[in-house]
Formats: sequence, structure tokens, C-alpha cells
Amino acid sequence: MLKIEKQKLSALFSKIAEDKDLYLPVKEAGQVNFAAWTEEAEVALDTLKTVKSPKDAFFPQSENLYTCRGTNKNIQIKPEELCDKAFVVFGMKMCDVKGIEVLDKVFLADPVDTFYKARREHGIIVAMACNEPEETCFCKVFGTDAAEPVADVATWMVGDFLYWQAKTEKGEALTKELESLLTTSDANEDAAVEAKKAEIRTIIDKLPYSNLSLEGWNGDVLMEKFDSPIWEELYKPCLACGTCTFVCPTCQCYDIKDYDTGHGVQRFRCWDSCMYSDFTMMAHGNNRTSQMQRFRQRFMHKLVYFPANNDGMYSCVGCGRCVEKCPAALNIVKVIKAFQE
Amino acid sequence: MSIENKEFRPKIVAFCCNWCSYAGADLAGSSRLAYPADVKIIRVPCSCRVNPMFILRAFQKGADGVIICGCHPGDCHYSTGNYYARRRMTLLFSMLDYIGIENGRTRVEWVSAAEGVKFSTTMNEFVEKIHSLGENVRLEDLRCKN
Amino acid sequence: MQELINRAKELLANGTVARVLGWKKGDLSYNCEPAFFETAEDMENFVYDGFCGANLSKYMIEASKLEGKTLVCLKPCDSYSFVQLMKEHRVDREKAYIIGVACRGKLDIEKIKAQGIKGIESVEGAAWEDANDVLTVKTFYGDKTCNWSDAMLERCHVCKGKEHVIFDEQIGESRETKDADRFDRVAEIEAMSPEEKFAFFRSELSKCIRCNACRNVCPACSCRKCVFDSTKFDSAQKANTDSFEEKMFHIIRAFHVAGRCTDCGECSRVCPQGIPLHLFNRKFIKDINEFYGEYQAGADIDEKAPLTNFTFDDVEPGIVAERG
Repeated sequence: MLKIEKQKLSALFSKIAEDKDLYLPVKEAGQVNFAAWTEEAEVALDTLKTVKSPKDAFFPQSENLYTCRGTNKNIQIKPEELCDKAFVVFGMKMCDVKGIEVLDKVFLADPVDTFYKARREHGIIVAMACNEPEETCFCKVFGTDAAEPVADVATWMVGDFLYWQAKTEKGEALTKELESLLTTSDANEDAAVEAKKAEIRTIIDKLPYSNLSLEGWNGDVLMEKFDSPIWEELYKPCLACGTCTFVCPTCQCYDIKDYDTGHGVQRFRCWDSCMYSDFTMMAHGNNRTSQMQRFRQRFMHKLVYFPANNDGMYSCVGCGRCVEKCPAALNIVKVIKAFQE
Repeated sequence: MSIENKEFRPKIVAFCCNWCSYAGADLAGSSRLAYPADVKIIRVPCSCRVNPMFILRAFQKGADGVIICGCHPGDCHYSTGNYYARRRMTLLFSMLDYIGIENGRTRVEWVSAAEGVKFSTTMNEFVEKIHSLGENVRLEDLRCKN
Repeated sequence: MQELINRAKELLANGTVARVLGWKKGDLSYNCEPAFFETAEDMENFVYDGFCGANLSKYMIEASKLEGKTLVCLKPCDSYSFVQLMKEHRVDREKAYIIGVACRGKLDIEKIKAQGIKGIESVEGAAWEDANDVLTVKTFYGDKTCNWSDAMLERCHVCKGKEHVIFDEQIGESRETKDADRFDRVAEIEAMSPEEKFAFFRSELSKCIRCNACRNVCPACSCRKCVFDSTKFDSAQKANTDSFEEKMFHIIRAFHVAGRCTDCGECSRVCPQGIPLHLFNRKFIKDINEFYGEYQAGADIDEKAPLTNFTFDDVEPGIVAERG
């Protein structure tokens, strides 16, 4: 295993940033989100959960698709260029890495989303083990081991050092570029990392949601769950805001809109939320007319429709952001539990 | 090169009430009173018709200054429209100032149909002011540039 | 709050009310949710503690359409929102049985977490019965303590007072929590240079993710169709596209509730990015007070709202520039 002193991390960041874009947890106005690294940025690697998930790095909240310019019959169409520069997402937690796997199922399946694919090809994920899991975490339920990152590079923060292990070819290549800053750890230190992993797992086993059961949630129960009267009760506190969808690492719905710039049109896509009244609005109107139906859609999609179409993979990774952020204290855990009672 | 040396020509949107200021602008024109061509007039049925969103939209789409002209208080064609507009604009301008937008970029002026001279001097002054403030940067939408 | 639960059960049993609108115990010690209770058994899950910050008055818009009366628990600040909604004919007074519940200041879990308290197993001292000045927070990383006042929502520090402006009956004893002036921060910002103001708001608003939680939770935002949901303008309700859009959204959101905002603080409570949205609303309130005389939305059902009113000698918009 390799290691670097915590104090030297900024040197590591500037080295990475020499020829790559670097995204990592940055504190801005009191909140930590993944953002581009700069010399002045207040890096907050200790933060367990950024407010928004880092899915932005691969699937930005808004992105341009093409721009039209011109007048009358003389119109130029300029497609947006694909990502062609390598970038590093540093400090992703395992739940968020799993979130990207869910996005892969959607965007890399036929028809392939070229914008997403280009970013996936150029993105290098440096994942980090979760030092202090919290009560809102339930990644264990989905078989994730927060102590053992699986990404291009796996890292652990133990004591004064960051321990580093390349896991893929991309990771090896990045490690090679950073060789001068990394040193090899000794057997004692490797043991300390192992001890840290055990410590993390012990805490995770104690968390209140770790033993949540997903029994009864899969594609076979579609009609039974869909027709359940429980939804009618569950949705009531829902404010119909998009907080849960926008902080979620797996929500992948988007809308395509045109923006009139005054001298042309920009066609862009932006995240959409199934909680919004104009979600999947079509010429004939909307196919979900009540908030109950919208609310049901979100959870049915995550727990029933998605696994049915993707070999049983749930589109929830247990990051717990919705548990923390829902203004009405609703969340996927409450939904799962309500059906077990 | 030529682009860099290009003189700054502010884009100014003037919302003018149909019953007074718009006629005031007409009078300014027929009296051969000059005011800069940078001012683009949008006719509204009453100064009260001006929604705060109109003003923000104007800035978004490239305006450097926005001026609202209505009937003098007491002279509103609909009796009281301009009184409501006065309260709304006071609050809106105060909010713009609060978030750090230069407070000279917005203005309200009462101009009657007989005040062609006032219309012309007001517009000249306002354009001068916007000239000194320069391009609108703080309320711009980058998508609308170029 | 056994007294409240008993009274609610009694009113359900004798048919005065068809349902109770209150808060339901969550699965963590701090995530109780707004809920309707229809039977005495349902009421077993009823809770009223320090974490019941949610303002229930907006739920009364929907409840007003239901058969029978709804018992609604309103905290003193929530009662202002209810009166404001009555004034705008959005709720039906006849369909509501209002229990004015006492308030000892509401807690904000984010503030507890901001003190470095992680992995919360339980929070003790937040319940109504054993409300304590010091909370004991059991975590997976050891026990921590935290002062109630340090964990309180911002709005409770500038509390409007513990009197309900509307109620059918009142239950419980409140505790004074006001220890700051609500316009202090606004005045501080007003005193900044334009550059500082601009930098401050840009930094705060850059966090906005356009989730619309601030709008949807707001009791004053009760339009059936919001201008930001309309497809007729390109107001892009959900697109985080350019820094301009966020400014526009927040200015217009606050403007649309100016003179109607009771300063209940829900917008700031729910913002997932912790943007101090009340600073926009309070700026309008402060200006209204200064220019048109003291006004508290929701305090008086008959008083004319400042933006639907005028006097002949109101200040001119030019005052903003003159004031400097």
C-alpha cells in the first residue's frame, strides 16, 4: 500500500490539477459539496456526506446539448463538445460510487448517452472509506462495504496519513503520475488500516438502519405494491419539492428544454424530479395527476421497476441523504418500513 | 482589435405608460428634442403593469439599465395604478441594492403627456448614468452574451 | 404532552373533529413528520417535542377540502400563517379546530450536527415532559451534550412572541426564547459595500439546487400554479443553469410573498443547502416597516396588506439611491 501525509495533500491536489480537473468536497458558505479544486478552496475531506451527491461530475444538473444561432433560414447548429479531458473525483464514498454504477445501467445501455459515456471514460474515481458512518447510513442493506472502497483508487484516512491503493488500470496510471509524492507503507501501517476497516464495520453493524429488510421488494410484486392503499397515507406530508431527487446519487431523470438567448436557442438538459407537477408532461397532459401518484412513482422506480429491469439491482444505495434532507422528514426507509408493518 | 476599442453603448429599456410617458416620448419626438437611441421603449398600459420579473428579465437578456415612466401620482388613467407601482418599485429597488446591484441601474420617473422636455432630459440623464456605471455584469446571464 | 393527546382523543371520540393534524413519531429521535390521525389508536404515534418545527398551517389548505373539521395543532408562530391564509381565503376557519400548542423553541438537527456531533443514536431532553436546557445526545462515538438554545432554529431566537393570534383552545406553557433582534443581520448586510453584498449573496445562492423546497413549504406560497412552474415563460423551475436564474428565483419568490410573509422561517428551516432565505423576506419586512409603517402579516385579518395599499405621500423609489 502507498501513503501520503495529510499535510501534503494540497501538494497532491495541485499535482493532480496540473493537467486534470479535480473535484472534491469543498466547503462553500457553510455547506460541503463536490466542487472544482482551487488553491483557495476549503477542502473538507472529513465530511461524510456532501449535500449533493458527486453524480454532478458525470451527470451535471444542467448541461448544454447544442446551440442554434442565426436568423430566418440561415441557421447554424453547433453540438456541444464531449468531455475530452481527464478528471479526478477525489474522496467519493462507496454509496456514491455504487450510485454511479446505477447511472451506468441507465446511460451506458443502448441507446448510449454520449455525454455521460465521455465523462465516464475520462473520469478517475478516487474513493475513500467512511471513517465515521452516521445513523442515516444504510449502505450495508444494499451489500456495500463502506470500509473497502472499490473504484479506480481506494483510500483510507488513518491517523496522520492517507493510505492509497490503486485498483484499476486508470488508478495505476494516476498513481504512477503521483509517484513522487507517495511513499510505501510498512506492515504496521497496513495493520492499522485493517484495524480501521474493522472499526468502521463494527459501527456500521450498530447503525439503526443497517438491519433494514428489503424482503418483499422486487419486480414480482409490482401490482401488489402499486395498488397498495398504504401510499395514500404515506405521501401526505410530502411537499412536492425536489430535494430528495436532487440530493440522490441515483436519480437519473432529466428534462430537455430550450432557452432563448435572444440571438439563438440553447438546448439543454437539466435534472428533473418526479415530484414536480410537470414531470413527463406531454402534449396530452400529465400521466400522473396527483401527488400520491408522483410520490409512489419515485419509490416504485427505485425499489420495483429498476430491479425488474436491471437484474435485481435496486436504484437506492443507502446513502441516507433523503433521510437527512427531506423537509417533511419522509424518506425511503420510512416507505420500506411502512410496507413491512 | 476593433472589438476592444468599441465604445460602450448601453442598452436601456424604458417601460412607458400608454397614457402619459409614451405620449411624452411622442411629444419629445415631434418637438425635435433629442434623446439617445440607446433607449428602447416598451409601451405598457400602466406603470402598474410592470411586474418585477419584467425588470429582471430585461437585465437577463442584456439590458444595462431599466427605467419605468408613469403618470404623476394622482393622474393615473386608472386612478391608482401608479401608487401601487410606486410601492412595488421602491421595494424591488431596495432589494436589488441589498444584493449588491448598483442602484443607479433602475429608476422610476413620472412623466406626463405634456412633458416632452422632461422625457428627453430624463433619458439623457439616465443614459449618462448608465454610461458611468458601465456594462451590467452583476445581473447578466452568460448564456445571453455574444 | 399527554394533555394534548387526551384532548385530541376526546374531540375525535365526541365527533367534534374528524381528524387530527399533528406530528407523527419518526424512526429516529429527531425526524417526526406532519401527519393526519383519524382514530385514537393512530394517536399512539402522535408526538409533540422539540423537533416538531414544521408549520402545519399550509396542510390546512388541503384539509379544508375534506369532510368534517380538522383539529390542527398550531404553535404561536404558525397561527400567524393560519390567519394570513384565512385572509387570502385559502383555508376555511369553519373546517378547523385550532389547538394553540405552547412552544419552548424548536430544535434544528442541522445545528446539532454542525457542532460536530455525528452518528446520533438518540437525543434526550427534547421531549415536552422532560424538556431540558441541555440536551444529551447519545452517539455511536460517545455521549455529547448540547445547549437547547445553541440547537434552536434561527427563527426561535427572534421569536415573535408566544401568543397565538387564533385558537379555539390553548394547551401548555411556553418558554420565552427570543434573544436577538430579527433585523440585526439584515442591517449588517445593508451596511456592507455593494461588492461585499454581491459576494455574500453570490456565495449563498450558488448553493441553490432549485429543489423548490423553500417555495413549497411556504404558507404564503399557496398559488395553485406558480409562475416558476409555468411553461409559458422560460422561468425554468428546475434548471440550475446560470447564476442569474438563482438570483431571479429568490428575489421573485421573496417579492411574491412580500407583505404576506409572516416570517415563520420555514424557508430557511427546509433549505437542504442551508441558505439563509429569511434574509430576503426580512429585508422586505424591514423596508415595509420603515417606509409604510410597522406591519406584521397574519396579525390582523382586517388590516390591508402593504402592497395592496398606498398613501398619497408614499416615498419615491428614488429613496433607495438617496439613502445610499
